[in-house]
Amino acid sequence: MKFGKKLSLLLVILLIAGLVVGCTTPSGESGEKKEGTSESGEPAKETGEAAKVEEIKIGVNYELSGDVATFGKQTVNGILLAFEEINAAGGVLDGATIKPIVLDNKSDAAESTSVATKLITQEKVVVHLGAATTGDTLAAVPVATQYKVPLVTTSATNPKVTVDDNGNTREYIFRTCFIDPPQGIVGAKFAYDDLGARKAAILYDTTNDYSKGLAQVFAEEFEKLGGEVVAEEGFVKEDQDFRAVLTNFKNAGADIIYVPAYYEKVGKIISQGRELGIDAPFLGADGWDSPVLVEIAGADALNNTFFTNHYSPQDPSEKVQKFVKAYEEKYGETPSSFAALGYDAAYLIADAIERAGAADPEKIKDALAATKDFDAVTGKLTFDEQHNPVKEIAIIEMVDGKQQLRTKKMPE
Amino acid sequence: MAEFLQQVLNGVSLGSIYALIALGYTMVYGIIQLINFAHGEILMVGTYIGFFSITVLGLDLFSSLILSMAGAAVLGMLIERIAYKPLRNSTRLAALITAIGMSLFLQNTGLLVLGAEYRSFPQVIPNIQYRFFNGQVVITSRQILIFAVTVVMMVMLQYIVKRTKMGKAMRAVSLDKDAARLMGINVDTTISFTFALGSALAAVAGILLGIYYNTIHPLMGLVPGLKAFVAAVLGGIGVIPGAMAGGFLLGIIEALVSGYWSSMFRDAVAYGILILILLVKPSGLLGKDAGEKV
Repeated sequence: MKFGKKLSLLLVILLIAGLVVGCTTPSGESGEKKEGTSESGEPAKETGEAAKVEEIKIGVNYELSGDVATFGKQTVNGILLAFEEINAAGGVLDGATIKPIVLDNKSDAAESTSVATKLITQEKVVVHLGAATTGDTLAAVPVATQYKVPLVTTSATNPKVTVDDNGNTREYIFRTCFIDPPQGIVGAKFAYDDLGARKAAILYDTTNDYSKGLAQVFAEEFEKLGGEVVAEEGFVKEDQDFRAVLTNFKNAGADIIYVPAYYEKVGKIISQGRELGIDAPFLGADGWDSPVLVEIAGADALNNTFFTNHYSPQDPSEKVQKFVKAYEEKYGETPSSFAALGYDAAYLIADAIERAGAADPEKIKDALAATKDFDAVTGKLTFDEQHNPVKEIAIIEMVDGKQQLRTKKMPE
Repeated sequence: MAEFLQQVLNGVSLGSIYALIALGYTMVYGIIQLINFAHGEILMVGTYIGFFSITVLGLDLFSSLILSMAGAAVLGMLIERIAYKPLRNSTRLAALITAIGMSLFLQNTGLLVLGAEYRSFPQVIPNIQYRFFNGQVVITSRQILIFAVTVVMMVMLQYIVKRTKMGKAMRAVSLDKDAARLMGINVDTTISFTFALGSALAAVAGILLGIYYNTIHPLMGLVPGLKAFVAAVLGGIGVIPGAMAGGFLLGIIEALVSGYWSSMFRDAVAYGILILILLVKPSGLLGKDAGEKV
């Protein structure tokens, strides 16, 4: 009994000692690493302001594997190209180089939260890019807000990303893409005015806020214009078979089918729809933008389909063509809008750091919020009150498996 | 009428895949009273073997089918030897939990080795559409292929079970393991053979899924596996004709539910049927209380 007590006391002491050691070791290590970089903590701050900053760490949290891996990979390609160009041109803040820290969130919201935490607390990034989808970005938003490190998403289009539930703008969250409502509005206008559609059917992913939001805005705008929504159906992420629903759409006489979803589902929906003999155009949004769409659906099935997007590589403007050329040289493929948005976001951040005059999260945040007429590949970018850029929307037509710029429309 | 016909056709194609998968569940259950939850993952592995034999080895559809059936059969036998055989004399719950563990293990190994992205399955057969009733009813060559392959597999299975020595042994083991052993039947070999047979059918179902939906994924076996389990219970688990009937029935019910009601209710109805059957007639539509159970 007595021995047992002694033993347990010893164990407790050992445990406490272990805890203390466990706590001190990592911070001691990071203390060593701190030398030369401008990381947080008292000594670093002093040297950071006095001496010149040599390297600025920027977090890159993207979907490099998983359901929407092509979105993430292309965006990261664009980001890395831009940072390379910026560093080659002399960097920012009188010669500081930008060091992107790229981590994979596996297209998973929980993983995105932990990647964001790791980037901010361990890597000590001053600003953070990501993620590609609304869900994965929303998972990183509380982390960015909590640690007061600005986050710029490139393609999360849901309004909720920059605005909280009470309608207040989230101070530290920005984006370089347009939000969902204008995309749905432009889609409806294009369907009604340009394609002459009067009866629409809508098929959307009920497990996805992006998809749900677009479906709703499209339906409202299409009916406001004088059209009729003859059928509306939801599906869940695991669904593979859309033939039953599509048969319904066909019989309802829909002359346009709106599918605001991601390419993997869209590919299946279009190929199954064409198999069932549906000749009506399919219309979608930026979630379609992936070369895999053509692989899944087939080039023939994709004829007479359209989607709203951030930019088109066929845009003749000099800015766009210069970017397309640089990207093609580096990666050997035409940049998608994800790549373009990544490229723009990287330049936007470099510009904001320059305007802030320091690699300090708080100052970068203020500089970002004040962005006006920033000249980007995806259009001139000015942030509104809610940190959303106001710009034109491109409509892409699929012709024999290739994207072609059909027209550009302003949402209003 | 044409619409109804089209929906039934949609359902039959889906249902025949469910039926093929359900056969594997039902045979394994019939012989060792184990619900092999790893069956959907065997299907996934079989599909990837087929995928790589077409894309990397450049084989035609028939040879890759054979190769993936063989691969899945070996995997099925391995799983039985490693994970289920040591537990044959413990509680059925222990075996069931092991099966779920095996399923998760295979899923995550698949994600690790194959990557989480969707791959597009090669278009091995030309996709031709046949139209009837002024184009209102469409059958595609893929749907015909799926139906034809399923029927051929079912006929072959019935032949093996009813006419061969191994089939006779399977039926004997399912009836009474100990008595079968006394009659000189090698029970272990028979059980291995059953796993091999069921797994080979799952591989065929997986390749058909790949052809039908164009894409494959390491988690692709999960939902069809669950649905086939419902189909097996619906038809009467342990009864071969029951699994076929259950598969077709479930596919048609799903198509009709999403066609005439809403696709959001499809899964709810499928799993609702499982609960209903277990409450009302646990032995399933074609199940008997006694008799042969292979």
